[in-house]
Amino acid sequence: MSYIGDIIGGVKTLLTGMKITGGYFFPSVIGRKYTITRQYPEEPAIVMDRFKGEVVMWHNENNEHRCTGCQACEIACPNGSIEIIWDRVLNEETGKKVKKIDKHIYHLSMCTMCNLCIQACPTNAIMWSTNFHNSTYDRSQLTKVLNKPGSKLMSGVEE
Amino acid sequence: MILTNTTNYFAQFVSYMSEHMGLGGQILAYVVIAALYLAFFAVAGLLLVYIERRVAAFFQLRLGPNRVGPWGLLQTIADALKLVSKEIFGTNRKDNLLYHTAYYLVIVASLVALSVIPFGKGIQAYDLNIGIFFISAISSVGVLSIIFGGWGSNNKYSLIGGMRSGLQMISYELSSGLAILTIILMAGTLRMSGIVEAQQGTWFIIKGHIPALIAFIIFVIAGTAESNRTPFDLPEGEAELGAGYHSEYSGMGFAYFFLAEFINMFIISAVAVTLFFGGWLAPFHLTDSLAWQPLWGVIWFFLKVSVMIFFMMWFRWTFPRLRIDQLLTLEWKYLLPIGLLNIILMAVVVYFNLLVRF
Repeated sequence: MSYIGDIIGGVKTLLTGMKITGGYFFPSVIGRKYTITRQYPEEPAIVMDRFKGEVVMWHNENNEHRCTGCQACEIACPNGSIEIIWDRVLNEETGKKVKKIDKHIYHLSMCTMCNLCIQACPTNAIMWSTNFHNSTYDRSQLTKVLNKPGSKLMSGVEE
Repeated sequence: MILTNTTNYFAQFVSYMSEHMGLGGQILAYVVIAALYLAFFAVAGLLLVYIERRVAAFFQLRLGPNRVGPWGLLQTIADALKLVSKEIFGTNRKDNLLYHTAYYLVIVASLVALSVIPFGKGIQAYDLNIGIFFISAISSVGVLSIIFGGWGSNNKYSLIGGMRSGLQMISYELSSGLAILTIILMAGTLRMSGIVEAQQGTWFIIKGHIPALIAFIIFVIAGTAESNRTPFDLPEGEAELGAGYHSEYSGMGFAYFFLAEFINMFIISAVAVTLFFGGWLAPFHLTDSLAWQPLWGVIWFFLKVSVMIFFMMWFRWTFPRLRIDQLLTLEWKYLLPIGLLNIILMAVVVYFNLLVRF
């Protein structure tokens, strides 16, 4: 009598399914026990550490960065999101002319977050920020200068 | 118009108007009743869409619409306003007559079926003496509009959707009809208000014990299939047919199909409640001694219907969709033979008076 057995088995599996979904539904309604949605603007968003939001340049408390102006990131960038305006200045101590960045320009509007610039950087000067609040009313605001005004190279990076 | 029930409030209103204002008053009364129904069920349909989305969200561990208005209650109204403002834009070589008839027919069929459902004692637009039969017939007109839409769109996916809907409706009408007949054996009348009155002592689901329970299960399965809801949503079949028969509709054309689907769900639930759970009767005569009897009837009716609707939503978010051959196997090999045996069983039960009575 597999006919009757099929019916009983089918009803049993259907009830098992309903028990499982009901077990999620009722606690969700009463206590929001399982609800995983976060009400973003009111509750802070959870951003993973490895989330690639935008490229930033790290500065220490003395407003010093680690960028030597080697342009490896500019060369590595596949779509020209990075432009470095640099100059050679005389180092008083050694008497040699060394490269110094004037502006490290980063076009966030073109960036595809491919990570190649960060891999190319020999001194770990640039890194990912998890900031994702990138919307602006004007496209020109997406072109950013990464080095802070008046910043200079950290000593000991170039060795 | 055959309006025999003298306690029917709508009939009283019509006769009052025709006495005081003649034929014009009578027509005015009908228009007022129709407008009342339209307004109520447009709002109820939107509310059902909101409830469906909220319930779906809780099943899927989300929150659902909760931004527009308090608890997101105005979300579906905003959606409807958006749809009203959109153009109805079809395919180039559509069959104009069928394409545009389809969405009017679907909503008209749904709303006409509502007219014979008793919401409370005497709160029924049209107390037809063959009410349940009428609903069964009208719900078949609804499927005609789906086939019209599928054919008229001139789109192969729409056509497949429409054809599947026709197939499904022809199959499952039988089962739901047999389930209804099983209850008619006990009630002895086809009049909707009569069926409710016959349950005054005990609800049919208890009175008819085993055969009534089987009939109820068959009716719920067939009703879910008739309203084209998951797990029987082959006519829409998002995965394989786009949106099925309403792929080529936009704006209010789409909104009517969408609204009709939810009103159909309400009708199926209302018929199930009327047949098996005593319609507007209070359980255990809880509120029988209180004032405002018709109001209490309406409250109990809508409570029962919402429980039924919740169960249909629960089915939707639990069961996987059936393949077309599984759908037909379920109907022709399981539901129909069981339904036929069940009707014999019920006849035996009624003949030898084995009904449960309190």
